[in-house]
Amino acid sequence: MTAANAAPRRVFRNARLIDPASGLDDKGAVLVNPDGTIADLGGHVVVDSIQEDIQTIDCGGHALVPGLVDMRVYSREPGDEYMETLKTLSRAAVAGGVTTLACLPNTDPVIDDVSLLQFIQRRAATVGLVNIHAYAAATKALAGKELTEYGLLAENGAVGFTDGGRVIADALVLRRALAYASIFGRPIVQHPEEPSLARDGVMNEGETATRLGLAGIPAKAEVMIIERDLHLVELTGGRYHVANLSTAEGIDAIRRAKARGLPVTCDTAPHYFALNDSAVTDYRTFAKVSPPLRGEADRLAVIAGLADGTIDAIASDHAPRAQDSKRLPFAQAEAGVIGLETLLPLTLELVHAGHLTLDRAVAALTWCPADILALPAGRLAVGAVADFTLINLTIAGRVDVSRFRSKSKNSPFQGRPVEGRVTRTVRAGETVFDVDAAEAG
Amino acid sequence: METSPTSDAGAGAPFAHRHLLGTETLSRGDIEQILDLADGYVDQNRQTDKKNGLLRGRTLINLFFENSTRTRTSFELAGKRLGGDVINMSVSTSSIKKGETLIDTAVTLNAMHPDVLVVRHGDSGAVQLLAEKVNCAVINAGDGSHEHPTQALLDALTIRRRKGRIEGLNVAICGDVSHSRVARSNIHLLNTMGARVRVVAPPTLLPAHIDRLGVDVHHNLAEGLVDCDIVMMLRLQTERMAGSFVPSMREYFYFHGLDYDKLRAAKPDALIMHPGPMNRGVEIDSEVADDIDRSAIHEQVEMGVAVRMACLELLARDQNAPWTRNQS
Repeated sequence: MTAANAAPRRVFRNARLIDPASGLDDKGAVLVNPDGTIADLGGHVVVDSIQEDIQTIDCGGHALVPGLVDMRVYSREPGDEYMETLKTLSRAAVAGGVTTLACLPNTDPVIDDVSLLQFIQRRAATVGLVNIHAYAAATKALAGKELTEYGLLAENGAVGFTDGGRVIADALVLRRALAYASIFGRPIVQHPEEPSLARDGVMNEGETATRLGLAGIPAKAEVMIIERDLHLVELTGGRYHVANLSTAEGIDAIRRAKARGLPVTCDTAPHYFALNDSAVTDYRTFAKVSPPLRGEADRLAVIAGLADGTIDAIASDHAPRAQDSKRLPFAQAEAGVIGLETLLPLTLELVHAGHLTLDRAVAALTWCPADILALPAGRLAVGAVADFTLINLTIAGRVDVSRFRSKSKNSPFQGRPVEGRVTRTVRAGETVFDVDAAEAG
Repeated sequence: METSPTSDAGAGAPFAHRHLLGTETLSRGDIEQILDLADGYVDQNRQTDKKNGLLRGRTLINLFFENSTRTRTSFELAGKRLGGDVINMSVSTSSIKKGETLIDTAVTLNAMHPDVLVVRHGDSGAVQLLAEKVNCAVINAGDGSHEHPTQALLDALTIRRRKGRIEGLNVAICGDVSHSRVARSNIHLLNTMGARVRVVAPPTLLPAHIDRLGVDVHHNLAEGLVDCDIVMMLRLQTERMAGSFVPSMREYFYFHGLDYDKLRAAKPDALIMHPGPMNRGVEIDSEVADDIDRSAIHEQVEMGVAVRMACLELLARDQNAPWTRNQS
């Protein structure tokens, strides 16, 4: 062994340290051990790098936040590698400042079995850029009928059970899922849309849908499922998480449930607070998502729900799609947008506009989703793994999809002016993304 | 014998649009330009020699992804009477997934240098999508539940010739508004022209927030027809009659079918219109439909050819169209 081969000690100095979990927001430095854990952090960390043989990284005064945690990502591997692979997904993640993510089970084959879960984990370890976790399907083949092996899947690292973009529609199945998952401490993650009410719909019901001659899905389709499910949560005591919350009424239902002390959490995605259903005018299939983009009042309610903490987390809901599946008449086009590389700048819009504090925004992207899935991530703390993201909070630019690392380019945000960008992403003390190197390359 | 009001497609005021995709984006001036020109074609079509040479050498392709006899025939006649070459293409949608063929078909046809594509498709927005992929002018002959602009224009021509004006008339659009591209195109056009529009249908056949398109909403036909100058009936598709949107054909006719009894609420000289094909005994009673004093249904068909000739002529005036550039 020589000292040159071992990972050196590193110090990331001249940073604005922000750790919402501990309330830290101060100038200072982070000292990282050779094993990739945080040795010390704060304003008091001063290291004489010449004497102590420490590698020093100057953070240029930028914000240093815990590595972002994205709790909803469609990996497309296995099965649809032409849309995205775990490798391209990981490269997109680190470019977006994400160091930990959770993959949804909607792949081909569906992740509904221990061997498939292990396949994802092995592939993730090979790629190695980010911490990749995986959900397991809540029901076999996402068919909404039979439960998967929750116990075995949980022991093998499944972070939760969900049918991803499909609602668990059968009340008895959901009741059993909540009850059975509760003994393994994993949440059931629901896609809240009453399927028979939404059946023919392809966008939000309202004036835009009527003008375009497209069948609408009423906002009520969301709150109907949430309110039904909350009764089942009461009945079972199971942990329940609602994904992609998009309506005022749905948010109100969660707000009331939390006030009553039910074990309920929820997330939303940036498109639900950055866009409303007017974005699909002219049949823009890149703005087709599920649940659909809602009206302006719902969009504002999502922002209010984030501000008051009713909505715990912001997830990208990153859903790569091939161009061919979007270049179709609206009703036939697939739903979904890529989101890993716009997650942070779109969230920062809410901070710059004064809707969210920086502390709340970072919390929704870090410890809040980490805690929902019991992941060891989302905090800056001595002894924790040194996963963090450096952000230039004020630099102005425009979304440029052509520079995205994701293999698919289905973003409705092309050309949108944004403020703030990731300058460096660090996982276990190692730089896995550096904007200067990326731009030079 | 050349009886067209203009003798050359390049003459006359240019048309403000490259395609005709809907009436929502047409101004009052655009609409009047089309109707004025169409008036001349009504006369031409009543002559023995109905042909002029405005579109000589130009190719019109009727591309229909949905079955249609009358609209396709109407466009075919319009194209031929202007001296153009007309080709009909019906694309089967049953065997292959519809969307996969749409852009492929567009690109393939575009390579054959047509001058006008007339397109009907079962999906809202499909014609606009296709228009983005081709160099020629595109006329929307009906896209899903979105728009059917030439139908609204021929309705407007019929109304204007019968009533002498459109502005200020009370127009009731009755029936399956929810799934009707004819209803949407008529609502936009009639509002632009200053008519007062109301829709009459059971709530299951009305889309959400239809009032925001600038119409009054009625659920009772007799009430909805009070003081009406124009009664436009819409076709109810058979598959929507059996329990899904309305309970039965007989219940629909009882409450929403147009007969002399319900028509009494309208003005004595109210004009009855229907885009066809009619379901006799469902949305309209046969006696009313065939009443030559009240019904303009056959006249609508005649106006259809004239309006489509006017649209073709105006789109051919586009100085930026590739074929025009090539000629100059």
